[in-house]
Amino acid sequence: MAKKISILIVDDEESVRDSLYNWFIEDGYRVECAEHARKALTLLESDQFDIILADIKMPGMDGLEMLRRIKAIKPDSIVIVMTAFATVDTAVKALKDGAYDYVTKPFDPDDLTHLIRNATKQISLEDENENLRKKVITLENVEDLIGTSEAMQALLHEVESVAQTNSSVILTGESGTGKELVARAIHANSPRRFFPFVSVHCGALTESLLESELFGHEKGAFTGAMYNRKGRFEMADSGSIFLDEIATISPKMQVELLRVLESKTFIRVGGNKEISSDFRVICATNKDLKNMVEQGTFREDLYYRLNVVNIQIPPLRERTADIPLLVEYFIKKYCASMNKPPATIDSSALKRLQEFNYPGNIRELENMIERAIVVGDGKRITLKDLPLEKTMVNSSTESLDDFEKAFILQILQKYSWNISRTAKALKVDRVTLYHKIKKYDLKPSDQ
Amino acid sequence: MSLPNITLVTFGFFEQDFLENIVLAVSSEFNCTVNLREGRIDLGEYYDPARRQYNGNTLLKIVDSMQYPDSLKVLGIFNVDLFIPILTFIFGQAFLNGRCGIASVYRLSNERYGMPKNNQLLIDRTKKEVIHELGHTFGLIHCDNPICVMRSSTYLEDVDQKRQNLCHNCKAKLEIIL
Repeated sequence: MAKKISILIVDDEESVRDSLYNWFIEDGYRVECAEHARKALTLLESDQFDIILADIKMPGMDGLEMLRRIKAIKPDSIVIVMTAFATVDTAVKALKDGAYDYVTKPFDPDDLTHLIRNATKQISLEDENENLRKKVITLENVEDLIGTSEAMQALLHEVESVAQTNSSVILTGESGTGKELVARAIHANSPRRFFPFVSVHCGALTESLLESELFGHEKGAFTGAMYNRKGRFEMADSGSIFLDEIATISPKMQVELLRVLESKTFIRVGGNKEISSDFRVICATNKDLKNMVEQGTFREDLYYRLNVVNIQIPPLRERTADIPLLVEYFIKKYCASMNKPPATIDSSALKRLQEFNYPGNIRELENMIERAIVVGDGKRITLKDLPLEKTMVNSSTESLDDFEKAFILQILQKYSWNISRTAKALKVDRVTLYHKIKKYDLKPSDQ
Repeated sequence: MSLPNITLVTFGFFEQDFLENIVLAVSSEFNCTVNLREGRIDLGEYYDPARRQYNGNTLLKIVDSMQYPDSLKVLGIFNVDLFIPILTFIFGQAFLNGRCGIASVYRLSNERYGMPKNNQLLIDRTKKEVIHELGHTFGLIHCDNPICVMRSSTYLEDVDQKRQNLCHNCKAKLEIIL
């Protein structure tokens, strides 16, 4: 549905206000009137207007001063100034101060209609531009979820089915598994895809900052709040909001969030007007929320409100079959971004990559490939370009002990089972090394 | 359900034939009974010598104050040049979703623009203007349909372009309102 344009008329003459009011409401606009600049500025604090039609000559604060103040609060406001005493100087001054146009009273009815129609067209173009820009950003950032493994195919299937609904989703998975990418894919495949995808990293913000970030704030709500600011929930209207690291939010924010999710309405920090927004919530965490609920650190009601659909994203070590495809994808991506010809990878290097454990998941693999392209010769990625030596472990390692065992064995083999040199390399004394060899039952024949 | 009553009040001299045409058009468009009355006020009180026009805002209020208890809507028809403070002229105006409106034939005649007299054209234009303002009193706002009578018209050409009837959308809205 087309947005209803709102107009604020500011004029000290009642007959002018009434005339304009009657004229504009017949056109279907929402119209408010103010008899002086101060009242207009007060109205602007609590309400939003698309077009402000203001007289220049008014007792007290004049139209030009009001124009400057409005522009300071909301630089993109469309202000049209009008006066019965037209001079080139005042016209130029008003336009220099940011007025959209300047008209002399009385106007020809056709001029007034065209003036408002043009301003309306500009507003709709700006809105359209903003929406398209957000859409492009969203689409650009949605990279394909890569993988042919069974785990990946199951994930893609889940994404596809959940995308068509409006249900809240919790994405769980280890760090670096691509939770935001999955959230974007859900949004990009949903009917909301032409509207914004707004991402908030809850863990990166303090409680008060997160509150202002999510709900927005009014000018003067706190020190440094120079302007009215839309919150992320407001920005995500008709689209999706992605709340990353949801487990990190404070108990107070949990209550606030629950209220917003239930009513889809909220009030900006320092404001008093209820704002409604139609958004879909996608959350992500690498914590066990159910366990947190049991321990009393996460609200049970919020958990059930969010956890309508739970998608578990598999770690990379459980989908090693996808590694060659991912490697190929990252090579192409980084060669293109660094303006290098597409590189290839040695089969031995690829084999080693497939054997790696990836505690940092896909993010770690991506960083390895980026580094290899930066430090390598640019044509072929070999083992020496990959930072695997220090952390190389067999893919069968599942615990810290397994990791330690594999690592000690690797260094022992490197130094041909020379205990002194191996102990020195591991920065432990020989006795400790012997204890470890005994503990893990390591033998020179172990591979 | 009884049909709504509309009263048209004329201020100044109009031919009987001319008025009968307007009454018929209004009656047919709004499916109502239309009464014709003659308004008796001294228009000189509403004349602005600086603009050499008549104040539409004040005249609208005067018409609104007139008592016609049997009428749902009242519309004043004038033959003088109307203005409102912000605009150089108006063809008419009304209280949106209110009780009354006004319309003037002054700027609807061909002679005003140096063209030959055409009575039929004047009747057609007046019908459109009267129905348009009455439409506002029923709560209808300007319509984007170029041939709908509720289309905003600031020039005579705009008035001529549209028809004297409500489009389907406006008619549907009116039915809901009534």
